[in-house]
Amino acid sequence: MKQYIWLIIAAELLVGCGQKSDDIESSPTSAKAIGEATRAASADRPIKVGILHSLSGTMAISETSLKDVALMTIEEINARGGVLGRRIEPLVVDPASDWPLFAEKARQLLAEEEVAVVFGCWTSVSRKSVLPVFEELDGLLFYPVQYEGEESSFNVFYTGAAPNQQAIPALEYLMSPAGGAAQRFVLLGTDYVYPRTTNKILRYFLAAKGVPEKNIMEQYTPFGHADYQTIVAQIKKFAVGAPTAVISTINGDSNVPFYKELASQGVKATDIPVMAFSVGEEELRGIDTTPLVGHLAAWNYFMSMDNPANKDFIAKWKEYARVKQLPHADKRVTNDPMEATYIGIHMWAQAAEQAGTTAVSAVRQAVAGQVFRAPSGFDIKMDERNHHLHKPVVIGEIQENGQFQVVSATDAPIRADPWSPYVPASKEKVANWTYPWVCGNCTEPKF
Amino acid sequence: MQSRAKKLLLEMHTPRQWLALAAVAGIVLVAVPVLNLATTPTSALRVSDHLIPLFGKFLCFALVAVAVDLLWGFAGILSLGYTVFFACGGYTMGMYLMRAIGRDGVYRNELPDFMVFLDWHELPWYWRGFDSLGFAIAMALLVPGIIALVFGYFAFRSRIRGVYFSIITQAFTYASMLLFFRNETGFGGNNGLTDFKRIAGLPLHEQSTKVSLYIASGFALLLGYLLCRYVVCSKLGRVLVALRDQELRVMFAGYSPLKFKLFAWTLSAILCGLAGALYVPQVGIINPNELAPSKGIEMAVWVAVGGRGTLAGAAVGAVAVNGAKSWLTAAHPEYWLYVLGSLFIAVTLFLPRGLVGHLAVVSRRITTWRKQCKLPRISIHNRP
Amino acid sequence: MVSPDQPGGPGASLQAALAQLASGDMAAIKSAIVAIGELEDPVALTVLEALRERRLRVAATGQVLIASSDGATLREVISGRSASEDLESLGEIAMTNTVRRALRASVARLQIASPDSAVRRRAAAVLAKNGPPAALVEFLRAAHDSESDPATRVNLALALAHHDLSSEDRERRLAAIRSIARAEVRTFKPQLEAMVGRGEGGEYSESDDEIRELALSALSAVERNELAGRIVRDLVYGLSLASVLVLAALGLAITFGLMGVINMAHGEMLMLGAYTTYLVQSEFAGRVPDWYAYYLVAALPAAFGVCFATGAVLERAVIRYLYGRPLETLLATWGLALLLIQSVRSLFGAHNVTVPSPAWLSGGYTLVEGVILPYARVAAIALAALITIFIAALLYRSRLGLHIRAVTENRAMAQAMGIRTARVDTVTFGLGSAVAGLGGVALSQIGNVGPELGQGYIVDSFLVVVVGGVGNLLGTVAAALGLGIVNKLLEPATGAVLGKICVLVVVILFIQRRPKGLFALQGRAGQ
Repeated sequence: MKQYIWLIIAAELLVGCGQKSDDIESSPTSAKAIGEATRAASADRPIKVGILHSLSGTMAISETSLKDVALMTIEEINARGGVLGRRIEPLVVDPASDWPLFAEKARQLLAEEEVAVVFGCWTSVSRKSVLPVFEELDGLLFYPVQYEGEESSFNVFYTGAAPNQQAIPALEYLMSPAGGAAQRFVLLGTDYVYPRTTNKILRYFLAAKGVPEKNIMEQYTPFGHADYQTIVAQIKKFAVGAPTAVISTINGDSNVPFYKELASQGVKATDIPVMAFSVGEEELRGIDTTPLVGHLAAWNYFMSMDNPANKDFIAKWKEYARVKQLPHADKRVTNDPMEATYIGIHMWAQAAEQAGTTAVSAVRQAVAGQVFRAPSGFDIKMDERNHHLHKPVVIGEIQENGQFQVVSATDAPIRADPWSPYVPASKEKVANWTYPWVCGNCTEPKF
Repeated sequence: MQSRAKKLLLEMHTPRQWLALAAVAGIVLVAVPVLNLATTPTSALRVSDHLIPLFGKFLCFALVAVAVDLLWGFAGILSLGYTVFFACGGYTMGMYLMRAIGRDGVYRNELPDFMVFLDWHELPWYWRGFDSLGFAIAMALLVPGIIALVFGYFAFRSRIRGVYFSIITQAFTYASMLLFFRNETGFGGNNGLTDFKRIAGLPLHEQSTKVSLYIASGFALLLGYLLCRYVVCSKLGRVLVALRDQELRVMFAGYSPLKFKLFAWTLSAILCGLAGALYVPQVGIINPNELAPSKGIEMAVWVAVGGRGTLAGAAVGAVAVNGAKSWLTAAHPEYWLYVLGSLFIAVTLFLPRGLVGHLAVVSRRITTWRKQCKLPRISIHNRP
Repeated sequence: MVSPDQPGGPGASLQAALAQLASGDMAAIKSAIVAIGELEDPVALTVLEALRERRLRVAATGQVLIASSDGATLREVISGRSASEDLESLGEIAMTNTVRRALRASVARLQIASPDSAVRRRAAAVLAKNGPPAALVEFLRAAHDSESDPATRVNLALALAHHDLSSEDRERRLAAIRSIARAEVRTFKPQLEAMVGRGEGGEYSESDDEIRELALSALSAVERNELAGRIVRDLVYGLSLASVLVLAALGLAITFGLMGVINMAHGEMLMLGAYTTYLVQSEFAGRVPDWYAYYLVAALPAAFGVCFATGAVLERAVIRYLYGRPLETLLATWGLALLLIQSVRSLFGAHNVTVPSPAWLSGGYTLVEGVILPYARVAAIALAALITIFIAALLYRSRLGLHIRAVTENRAMAQAMGIRTARVDTVTFGLGSAVAGLGGVALSQIGNVGPELGQGYIVDSFLVVVVGGVGNLLGTVAAALGLGIVNKLLEPATGAVLGKICVLVVVILFIQRRPKGLFALQGRAGQ
């Protein structure tokens, strides 16, 4: 009997289709989309670029400033005549810290708006979520945040640090006499892929340096964890008897309770220094820095770096914040991912000028090897092969005023290793997008 | 036989409603795919490629909304934990899709990439069998079903009701989220499962695959809707409504609420699992964020916006809210939360029966919608 | 301390060291500090302490100046003459951990040599904790032998023990272990464990039986001490977590527990309270800096007022139309939450804002060795207790409370008795929001203040209220205590993530046993 019902339904459905298919013929959405697409293709129109940063939800706290810096940089480029004589038109969308929404928005930007390039993403998971979309539609993404490596996509340029441009130099510093000659290490992080991967690489690195397993403590906390009483007590116990350092990959909001707990339990930076990979000037802006003074951070750029390029960058940013009346305009600071965004947009503009077109394949070729005088004061180069930037590594100590005192810096930019030589599974891998390799994760050339 | 079937069909919907349903189904299942595949990209009638997975996503959400409405609208039980079943379906499908990558992953290994990275050398036992799509689909229905059955048995047996049920289901989804965030759990931690390549041998980036998945979602929604409609129009459905309105009286009349509630709860969980399984290949990622308590609240919001206790309204609500979200986050990225927030308040204040429920009241012709099943309407003034 | 106003024959070495300090080179600064530490000059300690407190400035001429602690006056180090330069225009001496470490040793050395016994006692405590630099050992041994103050002597002995445990001299080792055993400090636990352990060949790593026996007894004393410390720690930390839960949940216990509104905007009331604290704090910093330390006292009534008003307006505008449809209040309050979050984000930016704790709240009280109860937590516990008492008194000892309870239990009857139920509703909702605002003030001292602050507390708050029994304040407090302590007892064994999962599972199972929570109550939400 049931089968009979379905038959009737099926019949009704078919009839329904016949009757109703006229309705959709005049559907306005599809017509509009196509009209826009054709218009965007014409040459004297502005060049559309996408900005894909969360403006709401949990990641808004970090990503909103990147959107502002991107808009500022685009304004700067437009003010001097745009790219190829055309104005750049930024399209801001809000993926709302929702990872599938990132993929949806990326698809919308690439397929519907036909943007020339997208600047965006912060978390690894958001990048992983949009990656298949960029590869399928052959888009171009500039990703501005330090990340765990183990990736090199044909469609992505990574302007943040790979682990060897941040984590490993930081550890070397902690093991040096100036850094306190640490012998024991607490690897403390928020439980997600960046801390896990970084700590894994650090473990291999420490093993290579002869640090025994029992001198390493690894701990993870959930996102938004706010109660560090027990963990700080454990760290204090672990630190008894040998110089100890904490490598913190704690993310976002959890940093404040962690540092506050350290301070109130009497742990000073001179006893147990904390080296953070996710704490920069922007994060310190929302924190009472007194308990943090003396703790460390490793980045590729600090606002306190003293050079003309940086002065110029900071002045532009402050001016932009004032003119646009951003909240707390007088207290705005710059930080590493903002610098990386700035570098990325400029490199893309240079490359497009050089290629004479905004077509993805030509620009991608031209971006490789591009050099730009970055706010860090170095001439930063995009590696010819692996789509990552060469970056200097700077280690800073947190000061009372929320700025960093540079205590160690590399002499020259360091080339990125997207595949860590310390991880067995990726040791052999090579990211090389030039002939004859043409591959992001191969152990032998494709051609 | 024939007359019974006819009677049943007429009880579910009037002929006019059947026509309307068929029309909608025709547009969703036939017209949209045809307008995507058979038109040239420049054609004015073109449904552009990127809209297909987007619509597919909406259809999956609509199926979830129908399932939520079955329990909330007709049995009066609001669960904020449907995310668990949705994610279970999603993860089982995701596991199959990970296995289907084969050696094409980053590490060129038989194991999924994240396992290689965690130094795992063999597949955990609970990943066995997911090489087969059939098995994965079966699990996408079974796992949520079994979890719901066990959870529901204990919850309904101890007569946890109303807000208490909502809150423990929320705690349930929150605990699951924390569990899935852990890398040791074996589902890829925070990044979840992603970078899928193919399903049943078909490359996922092909438009034809996307359209097929879209049509499958459409059919799942249609069947899910009809199934729920059938259930609420059956005698069982009447008991559910009676439970919703006067649980004590029903018990005094000799019915045990346990099995009725358990049936509706389990059925809705299975539908959510199905929706999750169809959702994942279309959006390309499943991760613990889908288990966030706020997502569970959003699901309830879809139903409330569309109209609680109408089934069709729930589906409309899901599509409307998500469509608005998709459009506004691109068109007004700074203001969309104001619009959405105000919409939720406005709907509760001015359209307490939801969009569709309100239509049903306004239009006399559609009032028969409800009379067909002879189900009492949800009172908007009673105090529980 | 010796007053630096009397120029006490400044030697050439101090001058040279000061020049090195001003050079800006890290290695030079470090060696300058070491050099100053070895000077027998009364000015030396003043200079180093000024450096530690970042009051040392370098003029363009290379002169080193000391600023007074309020930054009002400047004087030249050696001559003591007051200088008139602008504080802002002077250079600071770079301060890094290397400098801080060097400072610590040098300052300790100078302090141990100080004639003031209180200064010596403090310095000895620092040395006992961290161990002295090797260069200081002989100096300290002499200081120990000539020390008269018993507390200082014990700490100096402990400081020496850092070195003497591995000394060649048997007597020194014995003496070191004895002083450890007497003080029962766990700083030395790893060394003691190494001494009583066996090497790879099965032989004791410490061959001397007497020393080993002594080490064993010292170790067990330390371990006893540690166990006591652990129990105290878990209980106290549990209590402090519980106080946070109480602060977060009490407001909800009123709006949801008593009124039956599934108030998803509750977290946003916490957030508004925290932002009010931020505003009050900035106003104090800008207008009445003298009273800055007491801004929290003013923030409490301000947050109460702001959140009461917001709550009352929301109740009048939205909530009152939804009584009797509890599950739909969820939708409306969710919408309200989105609006409030986005409004705050537009007004204050997506970024966290700084709410520095006043000085009297930083630091903490040492309960037992290694367990410090921060004053901020003490304040949170006290505030939680105070608010609970305030609410309980209001509900059970006042006319308004009587009305609230009457409306909760039987609205129609209450109305018939002449209670203006609509007004009671507004006041009750406002009160719940205001209590949440007070919670927000406390939370601003513990965590960050950002637009999403409330979202992090919403699940926990609902759990606490539900476990406690909807409509019962006592239950809320009891549930918060239970959950807080269970969480903290589990955490050391399971880690933070699994601990939290376990707590949630326990809650789900608990609700199975008691579907109405700890204390079930009849009322609007009683059904």
